[in-house]
Amino acid sequence: MTILETGGERLLAAVRALLEQKGIVSTNEIMERMAITDSASPGQGARMVAKAWVDPAYRARMLEDGTKAAEELGIPMRGMPPLGVLENTAEVHHLVVCTLCSCYPRAVLGYPPLWYKSAGYRARAVRDPRELLASEWKTFIPDSVKVRVVDSTADYRWMVLPERPSGTDGWDEARLAGIVRVGDMIGVTVPGV
Amino acid sequence: MFASGETVRVKDAWPEATGPVHIRTPYYVRGVVGEVVRHLGDFPNPEDLAFARPAERRPLYHVRFRKSAIWPEPKPDDELLIEIFEHWLERP
Repeated sequence: MTILETGGERLLAAVRALLEQKGIVSTNEIMERMAITDSASPGQGARMVAKAWVDPAYRARMLEDGTKAAEELGIPMRGMPPLGVLENTAEVHHLVVCTLCSCYPRAVLGYPPLWYKSAGYRARAVRDPRELLASEWKTFIPDSVKVRVVDSTADYRWMVLPERPSGTDGWDEARLAGIVRVGDMIGVTVPGV
Repeated sequence: MFASGETVRVKDAWPEATGPVHIRTPYYVRGVVGEVVRHLGDFPNPEDLAFARPAERRPLYHVRFRKSAIWPEPKPDDELLIEIFEHWLERP
């Protein structure tokens, strides 16, 4: 029997046992990492965005070092690639893509949406991002705003800090976090109320 | 090392043509001139890491390209921002 014909569960148990025996990684560490992966969701990134909207000092720290800013809010970042944060302004709109594979800031956004990994999204994002956003998401970037496509090709993971929409004056962090969607932090949509 | 704001060209190299490789430099920027935005840090060279070879840490840069340098572009100010390792960059 070859490795390809072995039952997946048996193979996993064998590999886990070997990892433990060789002192590479313990079952507890695997369980801990599974729990962290499963608990990561766009809600984590939304909390960071909302805090950045109400706290200028936090916003500055987040743009300087996304990993530290995530940890500040209790988001587990140990063993994760460094997190970079891209700030949308009246002058520039960021769109994140990984043309080579599917690099994604899972620690703060959870599992990527299926379309994020599609060949169509990856190709169109770098070739004609304005057309992609307009036709697939009805997101229209004004001509006065520069589109900066961020191709996540190596060791960083990138999330977008969108602009705070008008009509949210006086809102607290929890209410603001409630309007931030995953697409807003990838750059395919912009938050609105 | 390259400084922020320095003009660089991505090497017009195609190691894919000569054997199995793991390259993190997209095809569409090979040979294209851009500008270093900043040094992001030093990371193990993925071209060795992928084959379980000892991987030297190499400087990684965020490099900005005008979209019009790559494709015919009706919005010439639009940009691409890409992570590129130092050994893929040269002074034009």
